Amino acid sequence: MAAVDQPRPIRAQAEGIVMQELTPSQTVGPFFGFALPFPEGPIVAPAGELHIVGTVYDGASQPVPDALIEIWQPDATGTFPTEPRPDGFRGWGRCGTDADGHFGFQTIKPGPAEPGSAPHIGVVVHARGILHHLVTRIYFPDENAANAVDPVLSRVSGERQATLIARPDGDVLRFDIHLQGDHETVFFDV
Amino acid sequence: MTAALPPYRRDGMQAHPPRDHAAYRSTALRHPKQPLLPLPHSMTELTQPMLGTGAIGELDHDLTQQHPGEPIGERIIVTGRVLDGNRRPVRDTLVEIWQANAAGRYIQKEDQHPAPLDPHFTGVGRCLTDNDGRYRFVTIKPGAYPWKNHLNAWRPAHIHFSLFGTAFVTRLITQMYFPGDPLFPYDPIMQSVREESDRQRMVARFDMETTEPEWALGYQWDIVLRGPETTPPDPDEDH
Ligand SMILES: [Fe+2]
Repeated sequence: MAAVDQPRPIRAQAEGIVMQELTPSQTVGPFFGFALPFPEGPIVAPAGELHIVGTVYDGASQPVPDALIEIWQPDATGTFPTEPRPDGFRGWGRCGTDADGHFGFQTIKPGPAEPGSAPHIGVVVHARGILHHLVTRIYFPDENAANAVDPVLSRVSGERQATLIARPDGDVLRFDIHLQGDHETVFFDV
Repeated sequence: MTAALPPYRRDGMQAHPPRDHAAYRSTALRHPKQPLLPLPHSMTELTQPMLGTGAIGELDHDLTQQHPGEPIGERIIVTGRVLDGNRRPVRDTLVEIWQANAAGRYIQKEDQHPAPLDPHFTGVGRCLTDNDGRYRFVTIKPGAYPWKNHLNAWRPAHIHFSLFGTAFVTRLITQMYFPGDPLFPYDPIMQSVREESDRQRMVARFDMETTEPEWALGYQWDIVLRGPETTPPDPDEDH
C-alpha cells in the first residue's frame, strides 16, 4: 500500500512529455570478454546449492561462444535484494559463454515473487549478432502446479512452454537457449 | 509494504534496431523468428540489482591511469547524463565502458587485427552516476578497426557502453560514436538503427566546455533509458 504522504504520481504522457527519445541499443560485439565478465559474476548466491547450466545455440544448432547471459531473481521467500546481504546473496549474475557456448550459475531456487506467479528467474541474452538483447525466463521443473497457473507461462503454447522450463540433468538444472530454429526459446517483448 | 511499482513506457522503442538486419551478417542465425511474447511488467521486470556500490576503484573511470605508463593516443574526456524517458536523471547507476586502443586493437586475445597492442591501455572503465545522473570518463580516443562482415568492412571509432538504469527492463548495451566519422554510412551496425534522428543519439558532441586546456578534448553524450509510466515528483527538481 502506498504511504499516506507519498507524493501523487505524475502520469508522464498526461504531463505532455513527448515520446521517449531512447538511446538505441547496439550489439555487445565479439570483444567484451576482457571487460564485462568477472570471476564472481556467475555466483548469485555464494552458499547456493543450485547450479543452473546451459548452452546457447544459434539457428544452425551451433554453440554461441560469444554470448553474455545475465540473470535476476528473488530469494527463497520471493524477495528481491535491495542492498548487500550478509550471506552475499545478490540476486543477479553474469556469465559469458565459453568456447563451447556453455554458461553456468551458482544460486538458490527463488520463491514466487508475487501471488499466483510461479518461481522463475529473469534472463537477458547479449551476443555478437544480437543488436538488442533478448529477454527470457527460467521456470522450474518441480513446480507443475504453480507453472500451470502462472500468468506468463500459461499463455505459452504447450510445446514451446518446454523451452522456458529448466530440466534436471544429474545434479544440476539445464537451461539451454536456442536463439533460432526448431527449438527456439520463447523470448519476451518487455 | 511497498507501493505497487509502475510499469515502464513502451513508446519510442522503435529507436532500437530490428534484430534481423541482413547487412550485419551475424544476425542471420542469431535472431528469433517467432514473434516475441508480450510480457506485462511484474516484479522481475520492475526491480533492479544494486550494482557497483563499494566495488568501484578510484581509477576505474580513468582509463589512462590504469598502468604505470601513459597510453598512446588522443586523450579525451567523455561525460554526459543518464536520463530516463521522462528526462529524469538516473542516479547511482553503474556505467561500464570498453573499447579498442588508439590503434583500433582490443586487448582481447581473439582480436587478430594486426595493429599494435598498447601495454599501458586495457580499455575498460566503470563508474556510478552522480546525483545529476552524470558520468565521466577519461580515456583515449579509440581507433577504427576492420572486421570481416564484408570486404573492406571497418567499424567507425566507438566506445561500448553498458547501463542498468532503474529496472530489469531498462537494461541497455550500446555504442557511442564520434561526430563526423566518415565510416558511418558504411557501418551496418550503426545503420541497423532505422531513423537518422535515432542514429544521431548515438553520436557524442564535441564540447569546448568539457575540453580541458593543455590536457584533453571533451565530448558530451547523454544516454536515455526507458522511464516509468508514472513517476513521483522529483524533490530535487524545480517544476
Ligand atoms: Fe567494438
